[in-house]
Amino acid sequence: MLRYLTPLVIFAVLVAFLAMGLELNPREVPSPLVDRPAPRFSLPLLHDSEKKLGPADLTAKVWVLNVWASWCVSCRAEHPVLNEWNQNGKVLLIGLNYKDESNDALNWLKQLGNPYTYSVIDRDGRIGLDWGVYGVPESFVVDKRGIIRYKHIGPITVEDLKKTLIPLLERLNAESA
Amino acid sequence: MLVLLMRVFDVFAAVEVIEFSSVENENRYKTLVAELRCLVCQNQNIASSNADLAKDLRNQVYQRIRNGETDQEIIAFMVERYGDFVLYKPPLKAKTMLLWLGPFVLLLAGLVVMFFFIRSRSRQVDSEVDAEEMERVRRLLNGSDKQS
Repeated sequence: MLRYLTPLVIFAVLVAFLAMGLELNPREVPSPLVDRPAPRFSLPLLHDSEKKLGPADLTAKVWVLNVWASWCVSCRAEHPVLNEWNQNGKVLLIGLNYKDESNDALNWLKQLGNPYTYSVIDRDGRIGLDWGVYGVPESFVVDKRGIIRYKHIGPITVEDLKKTLIPLLERLNAESA
Repeated sequence: MLVLLMRVFDVFAAVEVIEFSSVENENRYKTLVAELRCLVCQNQNIASSNADLAKDLRNQVYQRIRNGETDQEIIAFMVERYGDFVLYKPPLKAKTMLLWLGPFVLLLAGLVVMFFFIRSRSRQVDSEVDAEEMERVRRLLNGSDKQS
């Protein structure tokens, strides 16, 4: 009995591990920045490079940093979702225009619509590096105390919004500053 | 031809002209970029990767060495942003215990299994032959097996 059962058990364990492996996405590297203060920056606005914006201007507010670029193909897929999400402008959505040409970026927003409350220019990707960005698009949710509470890697889908982001923002907005 | 041309560009992309104040610093740079892992192409270190991010990270390592930072400070800078994932040699802590000790546990388990296997084998050899079989062996050896 044991001689038949042993390989069967080993096989079952192997299958369980492989199934777990299939569920995991190796491209999603957990960020050490979650539950840590958002890295500071003060970057020029895409639409008005005279003015600057940074996390310091957004204290006591729940906001989302979305890293995007006009050269980024997945951003094109994500863009309509962001437009839909923020059509009434209720989400404080900050775009980090990552390693992009400002003219290209402005054209892109003109063509596809602008879901961002503000976009800031990270020309050489130095701020992206501070935020641990390694692929575009990436999104961070920052709470009222300036703590990063969630990181989303890759394009946001309608399902991500419904299941994760919208409930999370509701919860964070209900917190006291 | 195109492939050949691309190869040439490949080589150019990987070689950046950088200068160091000392051989020691150059060696530190080489060790660090070999130990840091690229997040875009996950099975390469940042020394061999052509990804844009790897280039930025190499540049960071270079600038930081020039500014007189220690290896620990540079590694801490990377881990703060990208987590232990950037290290090809992850530190020993509760979360990485399985990674470090797993192979030894498996080795031990293998040795235990082997020990019991060999012991049960040697017992089989000792197993007794009953009288009837012994009789047949004797007949066979005498060449007088008249069975069948």
